[in-house]
Amino acid sequence: MLKIATIFPELLGTYGDGGNGLVLLQRAKKRGLDVSLHSVGIGDALIDADLYLLGGGEDGPQQQATEALRRDGSLAKRLDDGAHIFAVCAGLQILGTSFAVHGGNSARGLEFVDAESVRSAQRSVGDLVVDVDGHELVGFENHGGQTHLGPDVRPLGTVRRGFGNDGRVDGFRTTVMTATYSHGPVLALNPWLADALLAASLRIELEPLASVADDLYEQRRRALRV
Amino acid sequence: MRIPLRKSQALFCKGTNRPPWLVPLPFSGLVSVKAMGAHVRKLGIRAIFAVRVVRVVNRLSRLLGRGEGTVIGGRVGLAIDSQLLRKLAKGRQIVLVSGTNGKTTTTALLREGWGGDVVSNVTGANMPAGHVAALVTSASTRVVLEVDEAWLVKVIRDTEPAVVVLLNLSRDQLDRANEVRQVAQRWRDGFSDLFNGVSAGVVVANANDPLVVYAAEVAPRVRWCAVMNWWTEDAVSCPVCTQPITYEGTWTCSGQGEESEFLSWHCSSCDFSPPTTVEAMMSTKAHVGSQSLVLDLQIPGSFNESNALIALEALAVLGVDFHEGLERMRQLRSVAGRFELRTWRGRTWRLMLAKNPAGFESLFHLVEGSKHDLVVAINANVADGHDPSWLYDAHFERLRGRRVWCSGERKLDLATRLYYADVEFGVSSEEELAANLSSSDPIDVIANYTAFASWYERSSPC
Repeated sequence: MLKIATIFPELLGTYGDGGNGLVLLQRAKKRGLDVSLHSVGIGDALIDADLYLLGGGEDGPQQQATEALRRDGSLAKRLDDGAHIFAVCAGLQILGTSFAVHGGNSARGLEFVDAESVRSAQRSVGDLVVDVDGHELVGFENHGGQTHLGPDVRPLGTVRRGFGNDGRVDGFRTTVMTATYSHGPVLALNPWLADALLAASLRIELEPLASVADDLYEQRRRALRV
Repeated sequence: MRIPLRKSQALFCKGTNRPPWLVPLPFSGLVSVKAMGAHVRKLGIRAIFAVRVVRVVNRLSRLLGRGEGTVIGGRVGLAIDSQLLRKLAKGRQIVLVSGTNGKTTTTALLREGWGGDVVSNVTGANMPAGHVAALVTSASTRVVLEVDEAWLVKVIRDTEPAVVVLLNLSRDQLDRANEVRQVAQRWRDGFSDLFNGVSAGVVVANANDPLVVYAAEVAPRVRWCAVMNWWTEDAVSCPVCTQPITYEGTWTCSGQGEESEFLSWHCSSCDFSPPTTVEAMMSTKAHVGSQSLVLDLQIPGSFNESNALIALEALAVLGVDFHEGLERMRQLRSVAGRFELRTWRGRTWRLMLAKNPAGFESLFHLVEGSKHDLVVAINANVADGHDPSWLYDAHFERLRGRRVWCSGERKLDLATRLYYADVEFGVSSEEELAANLSSSDPIDVIANYTAFASWYERSSPC
């Protein structure tokens, strides 16, 4: 049984981020796999899940979510035990060492990854295309952040269009963490990434699942070809 | 914060329900300052010059086919005289309508319900340039203006309205829930200042939308209307203390006097709750004061009944008889093409506009229960917002049990959303659509902003 948990959707659920949980659930279900999707509300204890999702949000809720996760304290242990996490936008920043908040201040992140986020000179709004190991990730970004990765941290991929972390690379990945600035239902646009996350969490190879999502992916790739 | 672009180029002339290029030009009214009579003579030389320029520019813009010419002229006018809106508004009785959804329809209901010669930004250009353009066309003392949420405080300051109608606040296009909260906060900050000083106006506000209540409760003269609010997902946490808001009950009523259950809400932590005194209420019937009746409108949907009730309450502030106002509102059959029956390719289509999750939620309730094919058209142009991520905030799961045809430039985004929602769907080019549909006419079409414009353009009146 694969358990997927969306963390604090009421704080980190802007731009249709809830779509990522739905896509993972449905792609597993349509293959006949045993899967369930849960949401962890603010004030609730973190449930034991195999794959956690962190969405985007404004400064205030982002800080609130970080503090709540720090107080709960169990996420790091879950990751040590092999659970995976997929984070977008503000969620990406939360996993790092620090991020910029209102009034030019900086807030402490969960420090799972050596990644420092600061305020960017200008807001990055638009299409984001990232090369990830031979795949193209297509998405949309809308954030005011700039993220500097430590020397040992591997980015998710190279930016072909848009800004991502810094105009060169986007996100980061470790064996259990995957993060991108592409907000919202990025997994709806990139079925291959949804399947990669499912496969990693289940530790199995997945059967292909052809659907209209593949057509959407191809259409977006063509539309955004750099 | 994004600059609101969605209505900078308005699409239709509502009063006539015809696209602007079909509306005859009131030639003399556009070039003569005399048409506004004494009202204009009080403006001062700079403003009179500005008014002339607004009219000439708008007329040129129309003649050159560069859109409807309501925004460009207004902009030029404001550049010549930054106080032009204030000057044009002086001495008139003004109603402003703002909120995320329902502005255009409520403005039309107010215009109809008030009766007589009412000036209004019928093109939907709802920022100050559009307001200026509307006001130069007539000297009528009755004015109804729809106002973009981000501009409301400034427009109140400039126009000193008799009534301000506040409908609802929710995420729109790319806007985040938090940006909606910022709008609520700016309204609140502005209102406490304005209504205690500048404006003696009355606020008529939706008591069932926590964000609207938060904004309006600081105004000294508020008439609350407990009307429907299908969308609560942008007011999950309390705007006062950030703790969760508790909602009880659900809306189950759909229009025409059927039984309903009410959604009530309160903060789970602090004492933030709905106002205790309500002037008007939507239940099985509409209630205003001690009167109750079935609204029996021609435009469909319980959300439009709510819009009408708020409009009636606003008109009551102006001394308009409730029954007479309602009788006039009942004449309204469509608003800027919305809810209008149109023909195209030998079929009849009912066009409806929704441009954000809350708007879709309202229309899902309206079309619920039907097994007929439904067309949903999605674009992602500037006026729609470039990113259709919000499709995942709208509950398309409600459409299970019927076939949905995906139309518009982003039809594959919609089809993917429906695939994951387990809704049966078809993807079709517009050309093949009429032949693919298996249901009988009329076919419901729900389209977002520019997709709606395309549907309107390609179809003709029945």
